[in-house]
Amino acid sequence: MKPAARIAPLGDCALQITLGTRLGDATNAKVHALARRIRDAALPGLRDLVPAYTTLTLHYDPQTWTHDTLCRALTALLAAQDEVADASAPPREVCIPVCYGGEYGPDLMAVATHAGLSADAVIQRHTGVLYRVYFLGFTPGFAYLGGLDPRLAMARKATPRARVAAGSVGIAGAQTGVYPQATPGGWQIIGRTPLTLFDPARSPPCLLAPDDRVRFVAIEPAAFDGHAGAP
Amino acid sequence: MIHVEAPGLLTTVQDLGRWGHQHLGLAPGGAMDADAARIANLLAGNDPGAAVLEITLAGPRLILESGTWIAWTGAPSAITLNDADLPGWRPVWAPAGSRLSWGGLYRGCRAYLAVGGGIAVPLILGSRSTDLRAGIGGLGGRPLQAGDRLPIGAPRRTGGGPRGSAFWPDWWVRNDAPPPGQPVTLPFIPGPDWQTLPNWAREALATGAFRVSPRFDRMGLRLSGPALPAPTGPERLSAGVTCGTLQLPPDGRPILLGVDHQTTGGYPVLGTAAGIARSRLAQLRSGDAVAFRPLPIGAAQALHRRHERNIRRLAVALEMASPPDGALKRSSE
Repeated sequence: MKPAARIAPLGDCALQITLGTRLGDATNAKVHALARRIRDAALPGLRDLVPAYTTLTLHYDPQTWTHDTLCRALTALLAAQDEVADASAPPREVCIPVCYGGEYGPDLMAVATHAGLSADAVIQRHTGVLYRVYFLGFTPGFAYLGGLDPRLAMARKATPRARVAAGSVGIAGAQTGVYPQATPGGWQIIGRTPLTLFDPARSPPCLLAPDDRVRFVAIEPAAFDGHAGAP
Repeated sequence: MIHVEAPGLLTTVQDLGRWGHQHLGLAPGGAMDADAARIANLLAGNDPGAAVLEITLAGPRLILESGTWIAWTGAPSAITLNDADLPGWRPVWAPAGSRLSWGGLYRGCRAYLAVGGGIAVPLILGSRSTDLRAGIGGLGGRPLQAGDRLPIGAPRRTGGGPRGSAFWPDWWVRNDAPPPGQPVTLPFIPGPDWQTLPNWAREALATGAFRVSPRFDRMGLRLSGPALPAPTGPERLSAGVTCGTLQLPPDGRPILLGVDHQTTGGYPVLGTAAGIARSRLAQLRSGDAVAFRPLPIGAAQALHRRHERNIRRLAVALEMASPPDGALKRSSE
């Protein structure tokens, strides 16, 4: 039995399609496949298409669609989703160089101690995974990544830092991610990338896109400084 | 150019928003009260989506360096043009060197100033809107500061007032803001967690038992009232939200999202205010009582289409009245 997709209004200018209730690669892959299918269908009056863990939110113009007419238009695309293999290009792989530890990753030792591992072993486990970009949100360019080694999971800091540098790579619970901008933050910071994750003058403005694959690669502090300013 | 003598409390450049980037985490933003912004533009002879100034609670002092059509709309305000009281919701010819002095907003939260040709800051990702959180758009992604100079685009409506003096017609566009002193009613489409609330909680939300707390901005408004029981069940996974979405965090104090909302949120969703409610939502300020009136989605969308038809009719009527009655006739005498 295929679990049916559920469509619910999010006000009268948006609706939300839920493709599952469990966080995981399989459901998230369906979300992105559906997003591609809807984009390819080039439906008029769609303003934004926002994937998340198990949902796809469509922001639409209620002058073009009523909730019911849009649901009907989506039904065909939802059916196709299950029948047709996704023929799109393989996902994009983005390599993110990270300088771990020291001034760039002040919490690396805390994470190592918490995990009962050496700092090198933490770096090895953090770089040894091909992460999935489940979706972007929270702030421009911030990617929710799936795939963190469960051994590295660690709660947020009890007291958030007043300022976390842009490019900081952190761990919060079972999540890992990169801060696009300098902000206050409570994540355990294990390293920093010299790459710019969000630049409005660039096209596209964000380094990462939904459904990308991400690999972290350890670099030395000298390489960090050499890299600074690169896209 | 517009010279900013004093910036007001929080004055930003806004258009109708930066759509098409929510999948990258960028809020659509734009004018909180998009109706007021669109009508100000139509009155000033602009396309409805031209960039305007959004004024919050207390307004700026501006010098208009060249003669231009302007219009202000939104929250009722005390404004003078060269020391004469300036009425809103109508086109105004302001001669070169005019000084526009904005006092406080009597009620409501946001007023809008449109200038013929629009505020011509650069387009960033398709919009001139200021996104304060991302630090982009408008003037360097920030509110106006004293000493700023704002570029103006080429106006569509030419001609001006008689002999260099200010001019405005004796007609205006009706502002259908709700009367003061009552709960502001927001038509509301219930969401997945509305039915999980006990009856008394739904009743409290529907009858105006909640007020806007002092914590409100373009991202969202914290409401205060009787503490609501947090919905039970498994923790919600982050999912898309929108302007008008009413979230219920674990502390039981609901948050009503504004246009600068985060693109996704993980709190239970009680529902979302209808599109036609956004103008009222934008005018809420601390202390205002809010009533969420559940409305079937079909009815909300029918009202939305009627509202948009009315705006299109207004655009046609203003186009026919342009140049505003009397202005050109007198200047060419």
